[in-house]
Amino acid sequence: MADEKDREEIVVAEFHKKIKEAFEVFDHESTNTVDVREIGTIIRSLGCCPSEGELHDLIAEIEEEEPTGYIRFEKFLPVMTEILLERRYRPIPEDVLLRAFEVLDTAKRGFLTKDELIKYMSEEGEPFSQEEMEEMLSAAIDPESNSVNYKDYISMMVTDEN
Amino acid sequence: MGCNTSSTRIENSQTSLRAVLIIQNWYRGYRARLKARKQYALTIFQSIEYADEQDQIQLCNFFSFMLENYTRIRKEEIGLNQLAENELDMRDKQDYVDLIDVPDSYKGPRLQFPLTCADIDLLLEAFKRKQILHARYVLEVLFETKKLLKQMPNFTQVQTSPSKEVTVCGDLHGKLDDLFLIFYKNGLPSGSNPYVFNGDFVDRGRNSIEVLMILCVSFLVYPNDLHLNRGNHEDYMMNLRYGFTKEILHKYKIHGKKILQTLEEFYTWLPIGTIIDNEILVVHGGISETTDLNLLHRVERNKMKSVLMPPREIYKDYNTDSKHSKVDVTISAHGRIKTKGFLSEHLPKHEREQVIDILWSDPRGKKGCFPNTGRGGGCYFGPDITSKILNKFQLKMIIRSHECKPEGYEICHGGKVVTIFSASNYYEEDSNRGAYVKLCSGTNPRFFQYQVTDATCFHPFHQRVSTMENSAIKILKERMISRKTDLIRAFLYQDRRKSGKLPVSKWAFCMETILGLNLPWRSLSSNLVIIDQNGNVDYMSSFRNIHIEKPVKEANSALVETLCRYRSDLEIIFNAIDTDHSGLISMEEFRAMWKLFSYHYNVHIDDSQVNKIASIMDLNRDGSIDFTEFLKAFYVVHKYETMMKPEATNLG
Repeated sequence: MADEKDREEIVVAEFHKKIKEAFEVFDHESTNTVDVREIGTIIRSLGCCPSEGELHDLIAEIEEEEPTGYIRFEKFLPVMTEILLERRYRPIPEDVLLRAFEVLDTAKRGFLTKDELIKYMSEEGEPFSQEEMEEMLSAAIDPESNSVNYKDYISMMVTDEN
Repeated sequence: MGCNTSSTRIENSQTSLRAVLIIQNWYRGYRARLKARKQYALTIFQSIEYADEQDQIQLCNFFSFMLENYTRIRKEEIGLNQLAENELDMRDKQDYVDLIDVPDSYKGPRLQFPLTCADIDLLLEAFKRKQILHARYVLEVLFETKKLLKQMPNFTQVQTSPSKEVTVCGDLHGKLDDLFLIFYKNGLPSGSNPYVFNGDFVDRGRNSIEVLMILCVSFLVYPNDLHLNRGNHEDYMMNLRYGFTKEILHKYKIHGKKILQTLEEFYTWLPIGTIIDNEILVVHGGISETTDLNLLHRVERNKMKSVLMPPREIYKDYNTDSKHSKVDVTISAHGRIKTKGFLSEHLPKHEREQVIDILWSDPRGKKGCFPNTGRGGGCYFGPDITSKILNKFQLKMIIRSHECKPEGYEICHGGKVVTIFSASNYYEEDSNRGAYVKLCSGTNPRFFQYQVTDATCFHPFHQRVSTMENSAIKILKERMISRKTDLIRAFLYQDRRKSGKLPVSKWAFCMETILGLNLPWRSLSSNLVIIDQNGNVDYMSSFRNIHIEKPVKEANSALVETLCRYRSDLEIIFNAIDTDHSGLISMEEFRAMWKLFSYHYNVHIDDSQVNKIASIMDLNRDGSIDFTEFLKAFYVVHKYETMMKPEATNLG
């Protein structure tokens, strides 16, 4: 019984250190605060994948009562620790991602055209900003065919991450 | 092809919506992780840069130690003239420069004194065509600029008006393309378009001399509208390590040495700072809690040859009596370089410290004033210090440079401190933007950003991040191998059972303590070591896939590691000793230098080892050592790179 509690304490301590490291990298002035616009990046760099809506709710939880544009570490730490302990916002497995592309590829060609991709990503769901759309296009679209072979694209991204 | 019922259509659109959400969610996660990786790479570059600066200060301790103990060897033999303060007067321009002929075969730009804006255009065009300015003109420009700078006060006063905004630029570090881009976007300097260049014009980039020449020529044409502040790299000691010295010697094989000598004194006449509209202080680094502008207005700035070379007593005779009072150089508890003993040819200690603070300090969020342990000089100053000093001298804002910022600029301390950095892609392709700021009294400062791009800008983001990341990880691994013995000792101490594995937290602790770098070790661990399924680190795995290219078998591994670790320092020392810049030093010089080096750095290499090294290095048995060739053998190489083409030469 005591062993288990010790182990959990060690796990929590490690989480704390990991969260602190990720936070500090974005704490440019060493004030234990980061710009609220970087919070999404920090949470995602720790391996979680909240949706934009979920992220919005999280920020509301950790912001000051009177939002300052900055998030303090003291508020971020407990919330983030909880997220890691509960294994919330797990990342999308590769096969699910592939199936998602296949769903959009109604004609089952093995690719999506640039226009189709733009339409889906920037008009539906939680639409991309122009910057996000441009970045995805620059990496995904093959300029000769003006389309994305999504299977290759996924493999490339997965390799890059590992 | 039947027709869809409305419920099927709704179901399809719901499935499609889910699919879109999945892809968007995944992409955002991926993109965020790319941004984080980029930020980690930048953090690595930055901490190593500052750690190197700290090394530089340690090296200067060694120089003064060496100066004192080199009594057995005649001063001339090892050319300590270059290291000691320049007792000999600079020969007048007429004695030297006029003797240099510019041959008819020279196709580069020819300047006509007194200079006009036509010469600025001439120079810009020539440098765009990658021509090199003849040494004669370089020297003439430096002499003329120095002559004019001598008449300037320590702080230049600038006034703006609605029709005459002033543009402040930060570090350029020899990046000519950035200077071109600034002039393209913002116009050339002129009577109606004044500029302040806030130091660090040279070192690191490939075109330091070209940048310096453009700035000096512009200054000579518009002395009231082109303002130069001294940076911590306008210092001949820094140039030895960070590339400018090498660049000069490479581009100017005959007159390079003379140019370097001229620069030593030239730098000292650069003003310490600029004050705009009596309310904005523009200095390269920052301030400290003791900054006294009234004092700084009065110091004899030209007595500050090198921020890093402490003043020493000049010995009239070189006897071996070491009871002579030594110049004691230590880094005190406050991180300042303390010296005892000074000459009237040098600034008093407290004045030196004031100037060092101006050139080396960094703002931080934490209140108070602390020694700048990252760089080893100057301090970290908090928002309370900024308020205090600004109030004391009736100023409103500090504009400074000195630190690379991803966006090219950064505002902190509640808007009272602005950092402006003008060298884009400073660490690596796409590492950061450059910026400049335009000021006019009564209006808010306006910031302008830019980034030099070339064909590689078409690489997608993830590829640029990968490049940066690989570069950063590589230099980090080089650090690790240069501290291999200490690291392994620390790992073994933590690993009681000698299992070869450690939990990540203990590994991270060792890395941080031994390397002295404050980095996100846990996040970086997967790039540096092999981690098993239980999350334990195989700590020796870092050392397995990197090795030293041509290990000298006869030398033991401790020696090899030492050479690796002190490679930069050794190179600098060698360059300083090699007065004719032939690339060779004598065996005697080498032995003497090595002995002192190992004594000072507390590295235990005995005489027989030194002799062995010396004889190994003298491969053609002619009594002289091509040290740089030998040092190259100790560059760390990654196994998989032996198949790839060699990296472009880094002048830094």
